[in-house]
Amino acid sequence: MQITLTVNGTEYTRDVEPRMLLVHFIRDELLLRGTHWGCDTSNCGTCTLWVDGEPVKSCTMLAVMADGRAIRTVEGLANGAELDPIQQGFIECHGLQCGFCTPGMMMTGRWLLDNNPNPSEGEIRECISGQICRCTGYKNIVSAIQWAAEHPATSEVTS
Amino acid sequence: MEGEGMQTPAPVGYAKATSVSDALALLKKHGEDSRIVAGGHSLIPMMRLRIAAPEALIDINDVAELKGISIEGNEIVIGAMVRHAEVLSSPILFEHYAIFREAEKLIADPIVRNRGTIGGSMCQADPSEDLSAVGAALKGTVVIQSESGTRTVALRDFHEGPYMTKVAQSEILTQVRFPIRPGAGSAYEKVERRVGDWPVASAGTFVVVKDGVVDDCGIGLTAVGAEHFCAPEAEAFLIGKEPTEENLSAAAQLAADSCNPFSDQRGPADYKKHLAHELTLRALRRSAAASQGA
Repeated sequence: MQITLTVNGTEYTRDVEPRMLLVHFIRDELLLRGTHWGCDTSNCGTCTLWVDGEPVKSCTMLAVMADGRAIRTVEGLANGAELDPIQQGFIECHGLQCGFCTPGMMMTGRWLLDNNPNPSEGEIRECISGQICRCTGYKNIVSAIQWAAEHPATSEVTS
Repeated sequence: MEGEGMQTPAPVGYAKATSVSDALALLKKHGEDSRIVAGGHSLIPMMRLRIAAPEALIDINDVAELKGISIEGNEIVIGAMVRHAEVLSSPILFEHYAIFREAEKLIADPIVRNRGTIGGSMCQADPSEDLSAVGAALKGTVVIQSESGTRTVALRDFHEGPYMTKVAQSEILTQVRFPIRPGAGSAYEKVERRVGDWPVASAGTFVVVKDGVVDDCGIGLTAVGAEHFCAPEAEAFLIGKEPTEENLSAAAQLAADSCNPFSDQRGPADYKKHLAHELTLRALRRSAAASQGA
């Protein structure tokens, strides 16, 4: 089945089997490997990307269901060489150790800050409650999102 | 790209419906092994595990008539495609029933709530579904549409068993409806092993206190083997009684006694019975207090 969708502002048309999961389409068809593929059961959240402006666990959506929609992945956070504040926050606060959960954490964190620019620590923790870090680094992840809240983006972001 | 251990659904057909009548026509065209897909957060994992292998999926995500929360006369009407996130944040629902926000905050996680729908949760009919307890507590109804028309089914009569409902293969659940009860207080209580998990046990209630006595009430329970997710004997006991701690506790005990939980990895049956009592009591307390403006 032929689908056409936009990923980070670029339009793609591909033939896919209806059974293909969106995470595999993004990684293996479009070769955007920033989106990680983790638990496969919509628990860990590392495959989180945006569909029409809202974060979705892409292991639990079929690529054909994204036909006609606008996707934003972790590769779409930076504006050229300029990192998004959420990315800079993870650097400043050592928000990652192994880095496996990081793309999902950043996509969820960016969404939270777009909707709630000054979240409390509790709101941050609740928002990332569907993302699992097994290096047990939540403290620094929360700090990274707080850092991004304190250093808001100046340039327009694309979805 | 078939990775080691990768869970891939079996080959499946796919069609995007543009309206309810289109979806019904597509269901007919693709035959009895076709399935409606809404948020997909139960069906797609089941397909990956090959527990489900439908021949075709009919995608209703773009069906506008299944969206939105509104008030019609004395009822709140929730479209089947309304997602958990919208149930959680809806001012209309919160104004009339706090139970929706309290239950939704404890269902899965914010990202999953962006996709999962109320219609999908009802049709999945998991025996631990939180919204089934909410629906039973509030004595809601669902509207089911087929090519020959629509019918309304009480949520307390909707489930035929675990994962089985009154919705036939040729039908679609289009709405979930709840009567508005002026002065009602409502609450939801859940014990889960970790954030976002299915409940060990949950209870949801509403209470209307009028002239110092319980004028109307509803008790819903999930994950504890309550028939049709409700406790009608406990409700009948409370009607006309003062909402004292003693009466509320006696009603909660009747509710717990009517449950038939089984022991599993979430806990032994007697613990779940204990929770059924305690959580029902907590929800009743808060519902009665809210109804009395406390």
